[in-house]
Amino acid sequence: MIVEILSWICLVLGGLLGIVGGIGMHRFPDFYTRLHAASTTDTLCAALLLLGLGLQAGITLASFKLFLIFAFIFMTSPAASHSLANAAMIGGLKPFLLNPLDSKPLDKS
Amino acid sequence: MKHNLILKVVSKFLIPLIFLFALYVQFHGDFGPGGGFQAGVIFSAGIILYALVFGVDSAKKVIPLHILRVLASLGVLIYAGTGVASLLLGGNYLEYGVLASTQLAGQHIGIIVIELGVGITVMAVMLIMFFAFAERGRPIEDVEDKEGSQ
Repeated sequence: MIVEILSWICLVLGGLLGIVGGIGMHRFPDFYTRLHAASTTDTLCAALLLLGLGLQAGITLASFKLFLIFAFIFMTSPAASHSLANAAMIGGLKPFLLNPLDSKPLDKS
Repeated sequence: MKHNLILKVVSKFLIPLIFLFALYVQFHGDFGPGGGFQAGVIFSAGIILYALVFGVDSAKKVIPLHILRVLASLGVLIYAGTGVASLLLGGNYLEYGVLASTQLAGQHIGIIVIELGVGITVMAVMLIMFFAFAERGRPIEDVEDKEGSQ
């Protein structure tokens, strides 16, 4: 019963994080902030969902496979976000900045 | 420090796992989800990842184009050869049951050999298509490499 409750808490939290990441990607103004919203929530979202599913499955072959998927995502997702941001930086995309005095967007020049 | 160091380290760690997963999908295809086509695509995705991170030229050193052409036709030959073998053993074209002493063992051997042929051909054709598109036009120059050479 406790395992069941824990697993559902993990699943719901993971789903919420996914939704938050989606909203962030929709609402933020430029590439870097959108990437930030998507990548930071994405890893924990996947980890929580897989942990919840693993608690449902118990110690079986299925939960071992879930652990392998977790290890794979834990390696690849930050690396993919890093390479996207790195490519944008090297390609010359400037971050969107606000003027700290009046909170208006700075000139792009 | 090179700007794509993290990408190189992670992909060096991942590419063997991708190949292993491709072999699992290939030889598990008769019991579960998977099969030759999927395994060939996953295998070629591993080599395409290598080409994206380390450059097309070094990927061509790993698996040259003339070997890819031979592999692409070898897979079709394995597929068609299985059919001809079952014809010669007295069955219909691609009737796997006659390949071994019992019907069940024959079906098993037949489907594994056929899927192997499909996997080899799909892997080779995917890579030939990738190299054909990657060679068009001017190669993308690395910013830090260019600065280093000046």
